[in-house]
Amino acid sequence: MSVGSASFDHAGKPDGVLNADALRADARRQALGLLALVSPGLFLVFAVIIVPIGWLFWLSLFDETGQLSFANYARFFEQASYIKTFVTTFKVAFVVTGASVLFGYPLAYMLSQLPRRAASICLIFVILPFWTSVLVRTYAWLVILQRKGLINNWLIDLGVIGQPLPLANNFTGVVIGMTHIMLPFLVLPLYASMKTIDVDCLRAGMNLGASPAATFRQIFFPLSLPGLASGVVIVFVLCLGFFVTPALMGGGKVIMWAMRMEQATSLYSNWGAGAALGVVLLAVTLALLGLFQRLLGARATGVWSRR
Amino acid sequence: MSTQNSLPISHWQRLWLYLLGGLVMLFLIAPSVIIVIMSFSGSTLLQFPPEQWSLRWYESYFGSVEWRDATIVSVKVAVMTAIAATPLGTAAAYAINAGTLRLTGAINALLTASLIIPVILIGIGTFFLYARIGLNNTLTGLVIAHTVQALPLVVLTVLSGLRSYDMNQEMVARSLGAGRFAAFFQVTMPQLRFSIVSGALFAFITSFDEVVVSLFISGGETTTLTRRMFNALRDQIDPTIAAISTCLIVLSIALLSAAQLFGRER
Repeated sequence: MSVGSASFDHAGKPDGVLNADALRADARRQALGLLALVSPGLFLVFAVIIVPIGWLFWLSLFDETGQLSFANYARFFEQASYIKTFVTTFKVAFVVTGASVLFGYPLAYMLSQLPRRAASICLIFVILPFWTSVLVRTYAWLVILQRKGLINNWLIDLGVIGQPLPLANNFTGVVIGMTHIMLPFLVLPLYASMKTIDVDCLRAGMNLGASPAATFRQIFFPLSLPGLASGVVIVFVLCLGFFVTPALMGGGKVIMWAMRMEQATSLYSNWGAGAALGVVLLAVTLALLGLFQRLLGARATGVWSRR
Repeated sequence: MSTQNSLPISHWQRLWLYLLGGLVMLFLIAPSVIIVIMSFSGSTLLQFPPEQWSLRWYESYFGSVEWRDATIVSVKVAVMTAIAATPLGTAAAYAINAGTLRLTGAINALLTASLIIPVILIGIGTFFLYARIGLNNTLTGLVIAHTVQALPLVVLTVLSGLRSYDMNQEMVARSLGAGRFAAFFQVTMPQLRFSIVSGALFAFITSFDEVVVSLFISGGETTTLTRRMFNALRDQIDPTIAAISTCLIVLSIALLSAAQLFGRER
């Protein structure tokens, strides 16, 4: 856009070579100026994120005795506890992503069909939790789901159950808490993409005699798939590295990837092991996002920019 | 029938959809509502609705030196993060929007990397780095780490504002003799102020609510509110946390409404 500045300043001078040089010099100045604007931010990201991660990667290549080895990575295939962690993590990620789609799709669909005013009011229900602390929401679920929590108290008072149901401090609790946190990440991009579906396409389908159900199935649903895919990918990826909710609601029984990293570094000070876990997690995350971007040509960070 | 999209489907036929959507909305909002109500309970038991009402959990929050100190640390860090991240993010967004830099895509990806890289890895990495340069348990360290976390949100918010702004206006100002900075501050920035203020608010709330990185790099006198809450939750469920949570929820609502109101003024 601002390439225009150069040609603007010098427009109207028919002078050939001189002008071209001046233009090039101006463009270079412009580029340098812009680079100066991004560099402080880039420097911070580089120093606080890229350098330490590179450092950790380097560390992960050495075993406890300081020998170059793949011991830190080999452990993932050899120790049953690591394999169990990976299995748990993917299980949680799949279930939470599935639940998010199941609950999120109808909500996004409803939002996209409502009149503008009603939709923006209903959207508050999605955006407010999105901006509420994860810790607060996890605490809320603990209060609701634990042994002496609200649901168990109600059900026992009503005489439905005699013994409290195990809803928190286990797999169920982690899935419920995480689904609550992940839902907005699915609904927001999905809603945004549903909004762009041309109503005329649907109307044409119905004019040609399709029933509402057929119109949805054959026209709306296929058109909403790219938005759904972007929500699914971001939710799945976030689940893989999620820490707070499983740490608080897993009751020590549901050990996910991120918790394993925290244990390795804080509890056992085994930086090599923690770093290796981190490197693999990052690789899986980037691979999934890269694959998504390749297939659909869209960036999955969209959820944070549209509001 | 909806006049806006004028599909020949009545609201009545869509009742099941509204019901389903309403249930999901209830699922999303209920936990916050329950916590706000519970925070006014008079008993230590988890009863809903509470049988007696009191402000004892708020008294216990504001009366505790530990909680108050942690809150002050969090507020300080969040304010400084917003002050640091907003100009950095705005400058970066401006440059990215120009699009003339080579590698604009790579720069964009790098700046927004912290949204995608697992936070736990950033936490461990930052702790590891800070241990070498002595920034663990310092306010400076927290502000730097949170600024990196908040930066992408400012960049994306300002960028979306810039996308709907006609940069030719700045060109006109400059062709009329305004310098680069004058043109930006007098012409562009006033029109971007909504995005910039929203970006600053998002930076504030990102820092204030940040848990995982703070868990690693804060401690002692610089323990943040979220770190203290996390540790308290690991031990037992103290209803004081309901009062703190309510304050956090109110803060989120206030900041989001501020961002919204500012948008309408435009």
